[in-house]
Amino acid sequence: MKTTARNSLVAMAMIAAAPAAFSDSDHRAKALVMMKQDFVTKGQATADRIFEDGLQAICNRTGNQPPADITKRLEADQMAGVKYPADGKLMGDWKEGEKIAQSGRGFTWTDEPGLPVGGNCYNCHQIAPKETSFGTVGPSLFHFGKLRGNTADMQKYVYSKIYNAKSYNVCSEMPRFGHVGALRPEQIRHLVALLLDPESPVNK
Amino acid sequence: MRQALVAAAAFALAISPAIAQDKPAAAAKPAASKKAAKPSAAPVEEKDAATLEFEKFRAKMIEEGNPAELFEAQGEEMWKTKRGPNNVSLAESCDLGLGVGVVKGAYVQMPRYFADAGKVMDAERRIVWCMVEKQGFKEADLHAKPFASGTYTPEQTSLVTYVAANSKDMKFAVPMKDPHVKDVYEVGKEVVKHRAGPYDFSCNTCHGADGKRIRMQQLPNISTQKGAAMAVLGWPGYRMTGNVMLTHQWRMGDCFRQQRFPEPKYASDTVTALLTYMTANANGVTYTGPGIKR
Ligand code: HEC
Ligand code: HEC
Repeated sequence: MKTTARNSLVAMAMIAAAPAAFSDSDHRAKALVMMKQDFVTKGQATADRIFEDGLQAICNRTGNQPPADITKRLEADQMAGVKYPADGKLMGDWKEGEKIAQSGRGFTWTDEPGLPVGGNCYNCHQIAPKETSFGTVGPSLFHFGKLRGNTADMQKYVYSKIYNAKSYNVCSEMPRFGHVGALRPEQIRHLVALLLDPESPVNK
Repeated sequence: MRQALVAAAAFALAISPAIAQDKPAAAAKPAASKKAAKPSAAPVEEKDAATLEFEKFRAKMIEEGNPAELFEAQGEEMWKTKRGPNNVSLAESCDLGLGVGVVKGAYVQMPRYFADAGKVMDAERRIVWCMVEKQGFKEADLHAKPFASGTYTPEQTSLVTYVAANSKDMKFAVPMKDPHVKDVYEVGKEVVKHRAGPYDFSCNTCHGADGKRIRMQQLPNISTQKGAAMAVLGWPGYRMTGNVMLTHQWRMGDCFRQQRFPEPKYASDTVTALLTYMTANANGVTYTGPGIKR
């Protein structure tokens, strides 16, 4: 798992600075020791994946609700790590985006290691109307661009949300696709087009 | 019985491509545009065509003979036969918590604490423990290939199915007054919340709220009695995808896989803790016996 050292350090520093608020309960401490013994590497899913990075640790220790000041700093820190395509273009091809949104492969011990992985988007979101097999862990994104527009700001929001969902909602249940290297910038911009392009079936 | 198995195979063939892609042919209508792009609990009562088809089929199969019964019968035979290097039967040596050899009602009262092992154990783990400690089987052998695949079914799977069937129509009653069990329950609750891995998932990402789905698959909210009941009923179960008899231990491993976690060791404390948490949350619910799973 790729986590930038910088992000971890900021979060870790926060844990160190506020020990009382973030100390582990007895049962959680026991659970951590237990899990450390009970997992083994299988395929690409290495045993060390059960260890938290700094952000995960703060979310885990605060029931996904860190204090407001810490939330702000962590979100800013996650946002600072968002990388944009070199040419600055945030809208790609919605047809490519649809393919990425459909695919659920990647990172499990039965998946082949390496890129590209899928976006898993339909696992959690309603998106284009033709796809009726969609999950509901996340909100519906149908008519997203129609409702929100596709200004430069909106493009930037959607791009950075997909790149790192935690930069807006620190303990979001949505993965940090760009941050962990699951999706590359040019793939993310195809997804931006899927959601925002007026030609995309999402906005028809 | 044979007929039911053949029918099961045919059905699995018919539905498995859809399942494999997590994409059953569905008939749900997308939500109206006004509601779109806002966090909302989408309707979950509507069922897709594949689900309805499966439910019809399951009802028919249960009538004709649940394929799980085949494994139940094999398990009964194994339970009663003298086996292993020590040439003893489990019936004369294994205590599932209600006395040596007592099977009736044991499944719905596990996980429980076993003083001889010094551990809280779920049914499968206890059976493996008895096979090792009493019958003299090698633990490494039992751990080597613990879940069914193809035509292979581990002995302990059949034994669990037999034991589980003997709690049919009884209420789950994990002994939460026992401090050992309560402690493991609390640890399990922490495991369920633990977010880690490349996608920051925990069990709660998928099973922490009511009425959520991954694609068209309903996700039980395991923190509630109703959701926990959905999570424990029908296990062990005969799974149409692959035509195999699988245990609750197997399901935990497959969810960790989807969670992008590494593999939990077979019969480990972590798996017992999860099963303790979910089964105790279902306390009071009537167990319907080994089931049929999609
Ligand atoms: C495991 C579940 C999950 C997956 C997979 C997932 N999301 Fe999300 N997504 C969520 C949740 C939950 C929210 C709402 C909470 C939040 O905003 O953080 C959300 C919010 C969003 C939003 C913001 C919605 C708004 O109203 O502003 C966008 C855009 C989005 N997701 C796009 C995507 C795309 C594109 C993908 C695939 C690359 C994806 N999501 C994959 C769970 C998921
Ligand atoms: C990324 C999503 C995801 C995560 C994380 C996840 N699960 Fe699941 N879980 C599923 C799906 C999908 C199913 C299949 C539902 C079905 O068969 O209809 C499922 C099924 C189950 C079932 C069986 C339900 C039934 O109807 O028989 C149990 C029990 C369960 N999960 C528990 C857990 C536990 C405990 C964890 C954490 C260790 C976990 N899950 C993590 C997605 C997930």
